[in-house]
Amino acid sequence: MATVQDIEIRDSAARAARAVEDAQDITGEKMVLNMGPSHPATHGVLRIVLELDGEVITKADPDVGYLHRGDEKIAENMTYTQFIPYTDRLDYLAPLANNVAYALAVEKLLGIHDKLPPRCQYIRVMCCELARISSHLLGLGAFAMDTGAVTVFLLTFTEREKIYNLAEAASGARLTTSYTRIGGLFRDVPPTWCGQVKQFCDEFEVALAEAHTLLTRNRIWVDRLRDLGVVSKEMAIDYGFSGPNLRGSGVEWDLRKNQPYLCYKDLNFDIPIGSVGDCYDRYLVRMEEMNQSVRILRQCVEKIPGGWANDAKEPVNIPDGKITLPSKQKVLSSMEELIHQFMLVTEGVNCPPGEVYFGHENPKGELGFYINSRGGGVPYRLKIRAPSFINLSILGELMPGAMISDVPVILGSLDFVMGESDR
Amino acid sequence: MTALEAAHNLKAKFGDVVSEPTEFRSEISLKLADSEKIAEVCSYAKSIGFNYLVDISSVDNYGEDPRWTVIYHLRNIVNGVEIRLKTDITEEKSELPSVLGVWRTTNWHEREIYDMMGIRFSGHPDLRRILMWEGYPYYPLRKDFPLAGKPTDLPGVAFTRVTPMEGGPFVTIAGGNDSIAREPRVRVPETDIVEHNARVEAHADNKEMRGHASGPGPIEKK
Repeated sequence: MATVQDIEIRDSAARAARAVEDAQDITGEKMVLNMGPSHPATHGVLRIVLELDGEVITKADPDVGYLHRGDEKIAENMTYTQFIPYTDRLDYLAPLANNVAYALAVEKLLGIHDKLPPRCQYIRVMCCELARISSHLLGLGAFAMDTGAVTVFLLTFTEREKIYNLAEAASGARLTTSYTRIGGLFRDVPPTWCGQVKQFCDEFEVALAEAHTLLTRNRIWVDRLRDLGVVSKEMAIDYGFSGPNLRGSGVEWDLRKNQPYLCYKDLNFDIPIGSVGDCYDRYLVRMEEMNQSVRILRQCVEKIPGGWANDAKEPVNIPDGKITLPSKQKVLSSMEELIHQFMLVTEGVNCPPGEVYFGHENPKGELGFYINSRGGGVPYRLKIRAPSFINLSILGELMPGAMISDVPVILGSLDFVMGESDR
Repeated sequence: MTALEAAHNLKAKFGDVVSEPTEFRSEISLKLADSEKIAEVCSYAKSIGFNYLVDISSVDNYGEDPRWTVIYHLRNIVNGVEIRLKTDITEEKSELPSVLGVWRTTNWHEREIYDMMGIRFSGHPDLRRILMWEGYPYYPLRKDFPLAGKPTDLPGVAFTRVTPMEGGPFVTIAGGNDSIAREPRVRVPETDIVEHNARVEAHADNKEMRGHASGPGPIEKK
């Protein structure tokens, strides 16, 4: 006997229209619910003012800014190098990637972003991909926990711990890494680091497969995510989506492929895209991106110039005394290096006047820095294009029509971080 | 279509309103002479393929005239061509048309610029503050706003009252007595009394400075 099934309307606009229609039928009073700023599902301090009709959301007004620190104002008052620690605190789930993004932006202003030493490029790519895995793992764990699957959180945090250890081995800090410098890196990675990355890749693939078995075909998970928070291709572009959220809506756009920087054009990897643009697609895109990151990491470990221990003494900094700091031994014995050190520390890297924008494929989306320079070591204006901020602006349109229990799911699937959104 | 071709296309369409394209670090910038035309130019740019607005920035050219510059970063998300549009606004006017009708992403961008710089966007339906709170009296990204900030009606975090436990037996104050000196239950053997009294004396100055005593005084030998 054939069974009859109701087909859900997959279009969010139609859902919203139906919700308004339904709401008009019932002459009930609307209720205003204040969600956040301190709510576990808002991943920080996002506040959403929800207008409810029963359990259905009729209006949502996101309120950001609770974590505003004035990073752009601070940047105008210090040298380019001094701002690097502030980039750690933008997307604090992927500080290594923020460091790389900022360093590349300043290097573009200097005109040296494609002249970096190859070893530096490979290490930076590895940092970016580790940061991507780390950020996606937290996004996934928190997403699953908000949806009611607590086990995944424990699984992903075990793996994130290993990435923190790798970050500590490279930069000396687990969270506030500040690993890059203008024109290079703070230091080379330790000799055993690449081997540890390789070991991490092996262990991580097992854990990721386990997360897949816990969620991907899980009936509850699929039922809660499918056809929810649908963002069409046109809508995603119109709202300036970027990163996995944009690709989840089926747009083939990844800055690593479309505007290759560092050594990404020498590496093989695929860009996963979604087909519908719902929460489930965004989840799948992130899962596959982690796989691709592992693929990139494995290639980097194989191809890194100078080998693991760097016996050939491949440089990681641009050999230009006016951009990167000289070695400490030379500072104390040679006049020229002493002057360079003094000028770099007191006045900063002397940048030419002009303006540049550099967009970097960060785990959360396109992290861009617009630098307006009038010469000298301090930016005249530094604008941060924060992907979380822009990805959140769609909430007012995405939420109406969904149920109150869908809110954590939609928020989790957008994967934002307020430190970056509020700057 | 390269960015330069697109720039010439815009130049051909709008004539003197659009400046000659300038290139820096292989990025093409165009300057609009008339900020009132920005929505029109953006709308045309979208029709020739720039369907993605990356970002809107604003610059305060303090001490110069015109004071404000607003910068639009446009992108064709199919072939990756990017172009930058800039326009100046005088301080007296501080207003330019909203491009919300062209890209919906501009909603929050324009609110942010209004919030941080105080430039208004005519035609924006919901121009409220976004990062600062409603009713905040200043525009913090302006160059004449001090880095340290200005006092407002809301209390600053750094100026809250003393915590209730401060100075109590289990709270350490920087430069105050250490836990052995102020913990009344600590065992003081006969041989340690001299050392203990010396320590208490050493902290006597601190006590006077703070105006209150904490912990026991010197131990008298029986």
